[in-house]
Amino acid sequence: MNIAQRKFDTLVIGAGGAGLRAALQLSQAEATVAVVSKVFPTRSHTVAAQGGMNAALGNVTDDNWHWHMYDTVKGSDYLGDQDAIEYMCRAAPKTVVELEHFGVPFSRLENGSIYQRPFGGQSQNFGGEQAARTCAAADRTGHAMLHTLYQQNINAKTHFFDEFFAVDLLKNKRGDILGVLAFDIESGEKIIIEAKTTLIATGGAGQLFRTNTNASINTGDGLAMALRAGIPLQDMEFFQFHPTGVAGKGMLITEGVRGEGGYLINAEGERFMERYAPHVKDLASRDVVSRAIAIEIREGRGCGPNKDYVLLKMDHLDAEVIKKRLPGIRDTCMTFLGIDPIDQPVPVFPTAHYTMGGIPTNKNAQVVVPVGTGGEEAIPGLYAAGECACASVHGANRLGGNSLLDIVVFGRAAGKHIIDYLKSHRRHQALPDESIEQALQRLAHWETGALEHESSDHENSDHAKNVSVAQLKNRLQQVMEEYCGVFRTEDVLAEGVKAVQDIKDQLEYAHISDHSSIFNTARIEALELENLVELGLATVTSALARQESRGAHSRVDYQQRDDERWMKHSLYYLQDNRLCYKPVRTKPMTVDTFPPKERVY
Amino acid sequence: MRFSIYRYNPETDPRPYMQEYTLVDPAPGMMLRDALLRIKNEQDESLSFRHSCGEGVCGSDGMNINGKNGLACVTPISELTQPVIIRPLPGLPVIRDLVIDMSQFFTQYRAVKPWLIVKDPIPEVEFKQSPEERDKLDGLYECILCACCSTSCPSFWWNPDKFRGPAALLQAWRFLADSRDQATEERLQALDGPYKLFRCHSIMSCVDACPKHLNPTKAIGNIKKLMLKSML
Ligand SMILES: Cc1cc2nc3c(=O)[nH]c(=O)nc-3n(C[C@H](O)[C@H](O)[C@H](O)COP(=O)(O)OP(=O)(O)OC[C@H]3O[C@@H](n4cnc5c(N)ncnc54)[C@H](O)[C@@H]3O)c2cc1C
Ligand code: SF4
Ligand code: SF4
Ligand code: FES
Repeated sequence: MNIAQRKFDTLVIGAGGAGLRAALQLSQAEATVAVVSKVFPTRSHTVAAQGGMNAALGNVTDDNWHWHMYDTVKGSDYLGDQDAIEYMCRAAPKTVVELEHFGVPFSRLENGSIYQRPFGGQSQNFGGEQAARTCAAADRTGHAMLHTLYQQNINAKTHFFDEFFAVDLLKNKRGDILGVLAFDIESGEKIIIEAKTTLIATGGAGQLFRTNTNASINTGDGLAMALRAGIPLQDMEFFQFHPTGVAGKGMLITEGVRGEGGYLINAEGERFMERYAPHVKDLASRDVVSRAIAIEIREGRGCGPNKDYVLLKMDHLDAEVIKKRLPGIRDTCMTFLGIDPIDQPVPVFPTAHYTMGGIPTNKNAQVVVPVGTGGEEAIPGLYAAGECACASVHGANRLGGNSLLDIVVFGRAAGKHIIDYLKSHRRHQALPDESIEQALQRLAHWETGALEHESSDHENSDHAKNVSVAQLKNRLQQVMEEYCGVFRTEDVLAEGVKAVQDIKDQLEYAHISDHSSIFNTARIEALELENLVELGLATVTSALARQESRGAHSRVDYQQRDDERWMKHSLYYLQDNRLCYKPVRTKPMTVDTFPPKERVY
Repeated sequence: MRFSIYRYNPETDPRPYMQEYTLVDPAPGMMLRDALLRIKNEQDESLSFRHSCGEGVCGSDGMNINGKNGLACVTPISELTQPVIIRPLPGLPVIRDLVIDMSQFFTQYRAVKPWLIVKDPIPEVEFKQSPEERDKLDGLYECILCACCSTSCPSFWWNPDKFRGPAALLQAWRFLADSRDQATEERLQALDGPYKLFRCHSIMSCVDACPKHLNPTKAIGNIKKLMLKSML
């Protein structure tokens, strides 16, 4: 085979917050690290995170990690694994302080310590008064964090493969992952990167939905690669809709606006969250607020000529607060809406935002899969961290500010575990040709349009030949929004499964006309759509099966949470669209279990 | 709406050329990125350009729009005169169409050691920094490395290998201005000489070009002032 081959101790796919935090740990330990990213690292979507990251520093209100843990378990609607949640909340303060030492320009309090703002679902004393736990650099926390982590990696001499697209994982018969097939986007040249350990840190799949807060690169590539390698995806039915995306456009307006004192109103000017969450109002969990908005609109109290959004009001806040603490979203409102939020409320609507599900991992960020009858086992040398992983610290609903935390805590944990693993695994394993062949085949389809001529014996061929990748992507996003949105029912979901399957079939016969090698973005988009379609199917299939309402998954036909039947994680396998289930890990590392309770805010 | 777009694929094109496109019914409030995506999706999938966040934070889609550098995703097409002439950012090699090779730009960025350097022992808690000290980083840390500034700077065009350029110098100042950083002297020394810093002739094209409204010229001025002060 005439393909360049490189060997590293460890491979990190993805240069967002999770990948860069892990890479830093590894480079500092002097392992040889390859970081592969389809965009230049600082273009990764972590850059867009606004509001901040949670840690019980207690700089503003009294706080401790155990309260943070309680809030996270409750926020997860009791689907989060309590050992992983304990690990994350305990690690949070030192992880944030470490980031500060790396140089993150956090906003400051008068006494010189890190500024913290209140966010949704945060309490003191296990459900008492509001806490202020979100550490922020104005409303550009993700940008501050990502750039700092990249800068530290330059200093640590991490080896970057910038603008390389990872196609598929390479493995041996036993299922060990031995590296990845990728190509250099600039030249189109393929490369095999072999590694003793692989960390998947490829971020979420927000592009599944038509209106979303995500970057166009968030196509869940790593999730689909895992599926194709025979690894199941966990809890894919739980997709977070953020309450305050700009209506009809999707740009995010951070929860930090409500943290700083902003609130939502309906067409009657009513602060409606008072009815849905009398205690914490606009700072209830995201699933709760998103549903409330959807109900207000459904019941005719939406704003605007079509009554199809609500308003986020912050014009009562001190203009200085907005300029100082929320400059980024002010900019966004002025650019995209021509509205200055200092003077005018902003139209918002629940918008697809965050992939709670993902590659099943444990608190060391090792990828775990079920074995035999019950129980699970780590795949040796394979790790996942960040939005693509499901540890699961977010369960059925992620709390705002917990993702930026998740990515650095588990990026770091992965780094540490990999360093130990490398001590006892000093050699590369042999890489079988079949695995490379398979990955190459996937590429070949889009390089030459190989399936084109075979399509003549396909019954839909004439029809299929005319659809473009872009059209199919539009259709997928529309289908997901219509059939798998905030409120779900059996019939609609069942139709959704069919509709996505149909798109998947058509994609096999779609083709692109651009077969050039150099910076061929048409090919990249085709590969990304292939990934998205698999994830769409995983999401609707898992959603159809789960007959209860929990966190972000709201079934109109099963309105209650059903702990007896459904307090368990879904696992979706690509082969035969198969689902199986595994129990929630309710036992924390050291403290007592938080048993499921009714969730009121 | 009419567009004239720079095209070049070195595999097939002997030389670059401008290609005309017409977009019917552009949506009101449409940004240039969306217009380009519509052209790509509906008319010509071979048109290549970088983009990602769609909201001016990732720095991917810097390009030269009617003669001025900017980000496509935050440029409303309603403000542009027709035909809209779109070219790659000037001064750096073109890889294909609107995609430029930014290696030179990033090399200059890395050369200013854009990371916090602290020599004291690291404390258990965060380094303290007063709100006033932190304010000094505003207007500096927000840079998204889009290269709109450096590729509008004549000094950078002539000496991209020797002159650090406005973006890198803005970052140099970001660390010099950080109350936590303890490498002032090394940083200043590293910028000494006729080229790295002093090729800037305060033409201010960079300030005009920056889509984040940052001011590299002022940062460069501050570095020069600090240098003078430390020499005395
Ligand atoms: C607008 C917005 C605001 C947010 N605000 C907050 C907030 O305030 N607080 C909070 O806690 N969370 C927030 N989140 C969520 C949080 O930002 C993300 O969940 C988190 O940043 C994801 O980080 P990551 O490292 O997992 O992935 P990403 O940052 O998405 O990085 C993924 C990486 O994988 C690479 N990659 C992907 N596919 C491939 C491939 N095929 N080949 C090679 N490389 C590939 C990409 O190039 C990229 O480098 C926000 C999210 C959005 C969308
Ligand atoms: S002010 Fe200096 S850096 Fe800016 S464009 Fe002019 S010469 Fe270049
Ligand atoms: S200073 Fe402005 S124009 Fe220059 S790279 Fe940074 S954001 Fe872009
Ligand atoms: S697409 Fe990210 S800055 Fe324009």
